[in-house]
Amino acid sequence: MATTTEVKPEPGTLSNEEILRYSRHLIMPEVGMEGQQKLKAARVLCIGAGGLGSPLALYLAAAGVGTLGIVDFDVVDYTNLQRQIIHSTADVGRKKLDSAAEKLAAINPFLNIRKFETRLSSENALEIFREFDIIADGTDNFPTRYLVNDACVLTGKPNVYGSIFRFEGQASVFATEAGPCYRCLYPEPPPPGLVPSCAEGGVLGILPGLVGVIQATEVIKLILGKGEPLIGRLLLIDALGMKFRELKLRKNPECPACGTHRTITKLIDYNEFCGIRGEEKPVDAGVPEIQVEELKRRLDAGDDLFVLDVREPHEYQICNLGGHLIPLGDLPKRIHELDSSREIVAHCRSGVRSAKAVTFLQQAGFKKVHNLAGGILAWADRVDTKMPKY
Amino acid sequence: MTKIHIPTPLRQYAGKQPAVEVKATTVGEALAGLVARHPDLRRHLYTDDGKLRAFVNVYVNDEDVRYLQKDATAVGDGDTISIVPSIAGGR
Ligand SMILES: [Zn+2]
Repeated sequence: MATTTEVKPEPGTLSNEEILRYSRHLIMPEVGMEGQQKLKAARVLCIGAGGLGSPLALYLAAAGVGTLGIVDFDVVDYTNLQRQIIHSTADVGRKKLDSAAEKLAAINPFLNIRKFETRLSSENALEIFREFDIIADGTDNFPTRYLVNDACVLTGKPNVYGSIFRFEGQASVFATEAGPCYRCLYPEPPPPGLVPSCAEGGVLGILPGLVGVIQATEVIKLILGKGEPLIGRLLLIDALGMKFRELKLRKNPECPACGTHRTITKLIDYNEFCGIRGEEKPVDAGVPEIQVEELKRRLDAGDDLFVLDVREPHEYQICNLGGHLIPLGDLPKRIHELDSSREIVAHCRSGVRSAKAVTFLQQAGFKKVHNLAGGILAWADRVDTKMPKY
Repeated sequence: MTKIHIPTPLRQYAGKQPAVEVKATTVGEALAGLVARHPDLRRHLYTDDGKLRAFVNVYVNDEDVRYLQKDATAVGDGDTISIVPSIAGGR
């Protein structure tokens, strides 16, 4: 190979063992020895070791990225295992960071893993980002999405973005010098409560795999400087129709983060920006509530209580209290099925949707409606421990 | 007819359909037709003063209407309008 005058970070030399390990890369012209050394010299930060973070980190580790940072403060639980493939059943209860680091080290002992056991915040983001070349965003909430974007723009690091909902995903590369940033696309987040999260809306288990691998592909291409990165393009992934569509993104000259007259010159309070104050409280916190023990006692005593289940039919099939099923969205047009003279207890999975139902019914003139605090999950925890939780 | 792609999070307000066909000559007309047919969509697409919400982008084919003629952007037979709201899931 010809000597070059490139001033890239010193490309690590590969040992014979590494050469053997990466041979399928080394024999392709798009990677070769030079590309593999670039991968080894690269430092990539994954925000989150969850749905997107799992395939991302696994493939980057296998591909020979030299330094992989992971930011996560969560603990593995059973509901993660349907999609977060870096964790296994035996890891339930462990820190995701420890579980992930163990799998990654087992895949590639040459990998340098940096663990950040913290919630990414305006206080620590810039400091952490400075030690990396590329940031891959695998978080699950709007405040962190905007935080990652702004911190990427401020530190000049590309933001390899992916997000998912049910069976639909989005991917792009934001915050490169020439390309748009996340705020160019979405100047403002949705008000809280208007867009359901994966915990509320569900997600097809393979979808984060599909989208996370697209993110990993983009990371590798950026490191190699090969191919056409998703800069200025938003890839829409529809797993149900198995359709991939592409939209053009433009750098917005008026963007507050990366435009010509920038107003975001330091990190801000992203919870406030997203309309979330302190701990997330259910929107309708003021509605009359009934505890699960009280409901059980009164049902056993034969009180005249009408149990209204405002979940979806497929949730009713998982478990139910034998209540009358009217999904929250259908309540306005099916309100005639309810008798306002009777005492009504509304419930859902966790108590958020039913609080909305109670508020709606109160506005419609119902006087004797209660929200079952904690929903059917609380019932499963405290009344009937044999009931499945989901 | 112009096809309007409805994104997953908004399908529950549009009769669970992935796409709706409308007859329109501009983006504004097409969206008005959509909202007239599915009134529950209105508050998800527009603010109280009738402006398109900042976390909802509208595309004609692969172009953002903010960089075309916004609501006045012409559409015709065979054009596809996409409503693309921000989603944040990742875990
Ligand atoms: Zn921008």
